[in-house]
Parts: sequence; C-alpha cells; structure tokens
Amino acid sequence: MLRDITLGQYYQTESIIHKMDPRVKLGGTLLFIISLFFFKNFLGYAIAAVFLGIVIWLSRVPFKFMVRGMKTIMLLLMITVLFNLFLTPGTPVITIWKLTITAEGIRMAVSMAVRLSLLIIGSSLMTLTTTPNNLTDGMEKMLRPLRVFKVPVHEVAMMMSIALRFIPILLEETDKIMKAQIARGADFESGNLIKRAKALVPLLVPLFISAFRRANDLAMAMEARCYRGGSGRTKMKPLIYEKRDYVAYLCILVYLVISIFVGRLSF
Amino acid sequence: MSMIIDHVSYIYGEGTPLARKALSDININIPDGQFVGIIGHTGSGKSTLMQHLNGLLKATEGHIYFNGEDIYDADYDMKKLRGKVGLVFQYPEHQLFEIDVFSDVCFGPKNLGLEKKEVELRAYDALRKVGLPEELYYQSPFELSGGQKRRVAIAGVLAMKPEMLILDEPTAGLDPKGRDEILGQIKKLQAQTGMTILLVSHSMEDVAEYVDRIIVMNQGTVMMDDTPREVFRHYRELEEVGLAAPQVTYIMHALKEKGLDVDVDVTTIEEAAAELVRVLK
Repeated sequence: MLRDITLGQYYQTESIIHKMDPRVKLGGTLLFIISLFFFKNFLGYAIAAVFLGIVIWLSRVPFKFMVRGMKTIMLLLMITVLFNLFLTPGTPVITIWKLTITAEGIRMAVSMAVRLSLLIIGSSLMTLTTTPNNLTDGMEKMLRPLRVFKVPVHEVAMMMSIALRFIPILLEETDKIMKAQIARGADFESGNLIKRAKALVPLLVPLFISAFRRANDLAMAMEARCYRGGSGRTKMKPLIYEKRDYVAYLCILVYLVISIFVGRLSF
Repeated sequence: MSMIIDHVSYIYGEGTPLARKALSDININIPDGQFVGIIGHTGSGKSTLMQHLNGLLKATEGHIYFNGEDIYDADYDMKKLRGKVGLVFQYPEHQLFEIDVFSDVCFGPKNLGLEKKEVELRAYDALRKVGLPEELYYQSPFELSGGQKRRVAIAGVLAMKPEMLILDEPTAGLDPKGRDEILGQIKKLQAQTGMTILLVSHSMEDVAEYVDRIIVMNQGTVMMDDTPREVFRHYRELEEVGLAAPQVTYIMHALKEKGLDVDVDVTTIEEAAAELVRVLK
C-alpha cells in the first residue's frame, strides 16, 4: 500500500551524467535555471532546450521519466498560461466573448510555459541521475565554507542523510501499525475531517514512540562507534573532482556565455 | 464457526514490474475449535495468508468463506469480520497508544460500536484472561515491561471477543519464561472459550506442544497439513525447505540408532520422558 511511494525518483542506469560529481550537477542545474530568467528572445530558450536535450541524451534516462515531473505542475502551467494569455495588456489579436488575447499575452504565455517546463525537466534530470545521499554529500561539501559563520553544515547534512535513510523504515512501520489498528476495528477512511483527524491518533502515537525509540538506539549505536560530530571526520568515498567534472564545468560555462549572449539580443 | 479458504492466490504489487506471487492456490478448511499451528520459512506466505483471513488483504484469486458467507460479497461487513477474527501481529506492543492500559484495551470493542458498559466489561474480562495484575490497569502502557505490554496488546484483541484468534509469532523476543507464560495462557483460553486458534510460529517446540494440527507453508503453497506427529515424521522434507522437527524428535532418532527401542514419533519433551521411562523400566 504505502510502499508504492517512490522517493527522489532516482533512475538507476550507467551514464556519464550519473557518474558525475553531485556538485557539478547541483551547480549546473542551479546555473541552468538562473540562465532561463535572462533570456529576452526565443533563441535563448532554443539554445537552453538543445543543451538540455543533449544532457538528457547523455544521461540515458528514458524521456518518459523526465515528463513525469511535468504531470505534477500541469495545473500550475495551465493557470500560468491562461492568466498570461488573457490578462496581459497590449495589442489585441483575438477577442472571444468578453476576453481579449493580446500579442504580448501570447508572447508572455509561451515564454512562461517554456521557462517552467525547462525548469522542471532540468531539476528532474538532477534527481533522476543523483541518489538522495549523493546529493546530500554534494551539498555538504559545497556548503562547507559556511562553517566559518558557525553554520552547522555537517550536522544538517547528517540529519538529512538519516532522515532519508529512515523514510522507508518509518513508512513500513506506519503500514504495520495501520494494519494492526484496522485489525482492531479502526477506520481511517470514513467520516468528516475532524473524525478522520481523531482516527489518526492510534496511528501517530505509536509511530512517534517508535521513531523516538529508533532514534535513541541509533544515537547509542553511533556513539558506540566513536561518532563525535563532524570534527576530524573523514569519508570512505570522498568527493573528488575528475576530468569529466572539469569538462562538464567548461561545457556549462560555454553554454552560459552563448545562451545569455544570444538570448539577450534584441531583434 | 468455520473458515474455508478456497483456491486463494495473492500477488503482491499486481500490475507493477515488481509483482510477486505470494500465495498460490491455497485450500484450507478450518473447523470450529481447532488449535492450528502454521509453520514456514520467512517469505513462505504465512503472514500474508493470515492477513487474508480478517480481510486486511484481498485475494487476487479465490474465495474465503467465514461461517458459510463469502467475505468478498459486495455487502459483506468487513468490520464485523474483524470483530470475529482477531489478528495479533508480531510485536503487538507496538500498537499501544492510549493514556492507560485500560483505555487501550477498550479501543477494540469501542470500534465495534458497543455500549460503554459492555466495552468496559469486555476490557476487564480480557485483561483478567491475560493475567495482567490489576494495579497496572491504569498505568501508562509505555511504563510496562515487554512481556506485560504484549499481554495488554493481546488483551486488546481478546476484548473484541473473536471466534477465531490468529497469533503471529506471539513469543517473538520473549525469554523462555515469558514464552511459556503466554503460550500457557493461550492454551487455557482455548480450553475455556473453545476459540479456534491459529498460531504462526518459528518454534517447532512451541507448535508441537500446543497444537492439534500443523500446516506447513513453503513458497506460497501448503506443503503439509496434518497432525504434529505425522508432520514431524517427515522431518527430512522439512529440512529441505529450511525447517526442522523439534529437538526432542532428533534425540529420539539418535537413541533409536544407538539401539534403544523408542517411539521416534515423539514430539514433546513430556512424551519423550514418558517414552524413555517406559523403555528403560
């Protein structure tokens, strides 16, 4: 039942994108998204689309997985398009009943739609090619300089990794507890909102107790293996840049220069 | 009461690429008042089958008839079924949640829609049946010991007054004394109320000691279905699927090989002792 919730949508396959350092992917995705907001003409979006297309091809992830991310924002996309289409002032093109579609409106709507789509697909690509733990490692390494400002980077990264690790475990526990309570006649499905919220108590209380119990056991296990926090702690698989990562950074730089230059030309 | 499992099959994750057939064509007939032991390796399908009996899982093929009614009928009351077929999961103490022990035990009968007086009566009755000391009734369930918590959890199911009680590894994680206490209590319960009991267990000794009938599950099918004596007589086949006979049976076999004319079909320590006394007199 609850096991069908797949997290992080990591798609397992061998590709150069999968093997890349997560920092490149994180930084690259961020820069790509930022670049989308610099374009003033459609040529920029075209270049971005081509760049994305090449990366998708390199990642060997089937296209249908990319589009899955789109499903979730379909509604938002529709609303954005419609609002921009009908509410942008400018030179009218078509008039349907009382609503006017302007040339500027069409331009804005398409621009927004394209931008949003590229954004979503770009981010999906990152999560499809990088495991959640890999991402956390990348973020920890990238944010390390913040330690100077007393930001607990290591602790936050550790918390994230533990949380990710325990999600499937707690989901399974929820399933078990739910079944045990249903076997005692509990009803999680019928009734109004208040009734259903109350019905969650026999599920949430044991779940919390279980989570605390596990946290306690885990803390003891970690301490028993000499964990003292981040100071002086080394990694088994440290993130080290390889040639392909430098090449990737170069490609991203080239893309940024070309796309922003071309994308801001006015004609 | 009777429970008839008729050509039941179950596929996990049907329609997804991870689909797996957990149960294949199960046919079992359980008459009233029987004490049945279900044994099988992890993954053999025993827990999956148990969850079908109270409607938690729905068979992908086949039917289940409880007291002559098909539980998959459109208008069948599943909640009522769960009141009649009580299922105690493994580590049942994980389901405790109320402020005090008594309230937790009241949860089940309350869900059945019974009146307050009846609910409380049943809770008291159930707690007495599991032998929990009265001074603990109004304590928080989280302050109890592991064995005590387990009793409260079992009482929670007994309070629903089921006709059939399914216990999934009730002795898991308990010390030998705790195990004997729980199983002794269950046997007493069966003698008192005539409930049908299904005991899922990994322990051959437990099963041999208490049940009238053993069903051996293997890879989603019923491998054997007979009395303990008969089932353990085929201990070689049991070994092939990762199970075994009770230790005492092996001892008797070893003794027979050394020349002592004992009955090798003995399955419990008491029987073995009696048999040895008989032969050595």
